[in-house]
Amino acid sequence: MEAILKVEDINVYYGSIHAIKGVSFEVNEGEIVTLIGANGAGKSTTLNTISGLLHSKTGSVTFMGENLGKIPCHKIVSKGLALVPEGRRVFLQMTVQENLEMGAFTQGGKTLDDDLERVYEQFPRLKERMKQVAGTLSGGEQQMLAMGRALMSHPKLLMLDEPSMGLAPILVEQIFDIIQELHKAGTTILLVEQNAQAALSVADRGYVLETGKVVTTGTGHELLESPAIKKAYLGG
Amino acid sequence: MEFLSYLISGVSLGSVYAIIALGYTMVYGIAKMLNFAHGDIIMVGGYISFCAMSYLGLPGWLATLLAMAVCTVLGIVIEGLAYKPLRSAPSLAVLITAIGVSYFLQNSALLIWKAAPKVYQPVVSGSLTLFGGQLSVPYASVLTMAACLVIMAALTLFISKSKMGKAMRACSEDKGAAQLMGINVNATISTTFAIGSALAAVAGVLLCTSYPTLQPTTGSMPGIKAFTAAVFGGIGSIPGAFLGGLLLGVIEAMAKAYISTNLANSIVFAVLIVVLLVKPAGLLGKYVPEKV
Repeated sequence: MEAILKVEDINVYYGSIHAIKGVSFEVNEGEIVTLIGANGAGKSTTLNTISGLLHSKTGSVTFMGENLGKIPCHKIVSKGLALVPEGRRVFLQMTVQENLEMGAFTQGGKTLDDDLERVYEQFPRLKERMKQVAGTLSGGEQQMLAMGRALMSHPKLLMLDEPSMGLAPILVEQIFDIIQELHKAGTTILLVEQNAQAALSVADRGYVLETGKVVTTGTGHELLESPAIKKAYLGG
Repeated sequence: MEFLSYLISGVSLGSVYAIIALGYTMVYGIAKMLNFAHGDIIMVGGYISFCAMSYLGLPGWLATLLAMAVCTVLGIVIEGLAYKPLRSAPSLAVLITAIGVSYFLQNSALLIWKAAPKVYQPVVSGSLTLFGGQLSVPYASVLTMAACLVIMAALTLFISKSKMGKAMRACSEDKGAAQLMGINVNATISTTFAIGSALAAVAGVLLCTSYPTLQPTTGSMPGIKAFTAAVFGGIGSIPGAFLGGLLLGVIEAMAKAYISTNLANSIVFAVLIVVLLVKPAGLLGKYVPEKV
C-alpha cells in the first residue's frame, strides 16, 4: 500500500513551548489511522500542522507525493485534504446549507447540487435543518455539519479532530458508524481521539502520543490488547 | 411643511453617514479593526472628483467613477502596507496605525491641494418643487437618498447571496475555519477594504455636492459621525449601519432646526451614549458571548 500522507520529524512550537517533538507517522491509502493520547499530548497540534494552520520548524509533511510545507493553509483543502477541526467550528451565524457551500468553496460550483444531495443523504438531519442557522443546532448536529462540510470538498484524506467530544454515548456511536461508512466508501481517515477505546476499535493502525512524541504504534487490535495502553488510556 | 423639509435634509445627511458607516462596519466585521482612516478616504474621493470635474472637465458621473477607482486602489494599498503586516498584532497597535494613516492622508492632501478650501462643483444642482412651491427638495438630496438605497440593497444582496459575500461572513466568524474551507482570508480582507473605500468615494462626492466646500479635514467629522452611526446601529451589522446612519442624520438635522446649531453635535453624541447604555451592542447588533 502507498502512503498517502507521510509526516516526518516535525517539530512545532507555541512561542517557547515545544509542543511536538520529532513526530513521524504515515497513513496509507484506504486506512483508518488514529492518534491517541492524553490532553496536551500534541494530537490537535499535529493535525493543525498538517492542514497548514500551524507550521513545523523541521521535517516535512508529504501528501500524495507533494511537500505541503510551504503551501498556505487555504490552498491545502483543494489538494484533497480536509480537516474537521476540534470543537467543530461551524459558522454559527450561517445556515446549514451555507456552511456546506463554504465546504465546497474550492470546488468551482458545477457539482454543488450533487454534493449537497450526497451529504444530505448521509446526514438526513441536516436536510431537515438546511435553512436553520448552525448556531441553533445541537452539539451532535453541529458535529455532523462539520463533517458534512469537510466532505463537500471531496477529500481523499479526511482528518477528524475529537469528533466525539462532548457528545452523549449514543451520538458517539452514531458518529463512529458514520466514520466507518465513509471509510467503506473509500475515504482514508486520520482520526484524533481521547476516546481511545472507540477510536482503536475502528482503526487499522494507531499511534500513541505522549507529551509531543510518538511512544507506541501498532494495529488497532494490538493497541487495544496492550496492557500498558489499557492501563493508561482504557481505564484498566 | 417646515418639519418635512428638515426631515428630508436629515434623511439626506443620514444617507451619507449610512454609506460611510457601511464601509466602517464591513471592515470591522471582517478584519475586526476600526479603520479610522476611512473618513479621510472620503476626502480623497472628494478631491479626485473635484479635480476631474474642475481641471479635466469630466462629467459628474465619470468623475465619480474615477474617484471610486482611485479610492479602491488606495484602500487596497493602505490595507496591504499598513494593516496586513499587523494581522497578528494586538488590536491597539492596529488602531494607532489607523489613526496614523488618517493623519498621513490629511497631511498629504494638505501638501497636494493646499489648505485653502476648494469650491466644489456639485454633480447635480437645482431643486424639486412639491406642494405648489411649499416644499423644495434639492436634487442633491434626492440623488443621495437614492444612492444610499441602491448601495444598501446591492450590498445586502452581495453579502447574503454571492460566493464572495458568504466567504466574507465566514471570515468574519472564524478565520481559521474559513482557511480550512480554502478561503483566502487576506484576499477577502482586501476585497472588503476595496468595497468600503469605493463606497467612501461615493460618499465623498455626495457630501461635497450637498456641502460644497472641500478641504483636507473635510472627511474627519463625517468619518467620526459615521463611525458613531455604525456603533449606534450595531458595529458589524449592515442593516445596523444603514439604520444608525439615517437616525443620526435625522437627529442632527432636528437638533439643528429646533434646539441649537451649536449644540447639534453634542446632542448627537449624547444620544449615542444613551443608546449604548441601554443597548451596549447597538440597535441591531447582537451581543455574541464567546463560547469556550
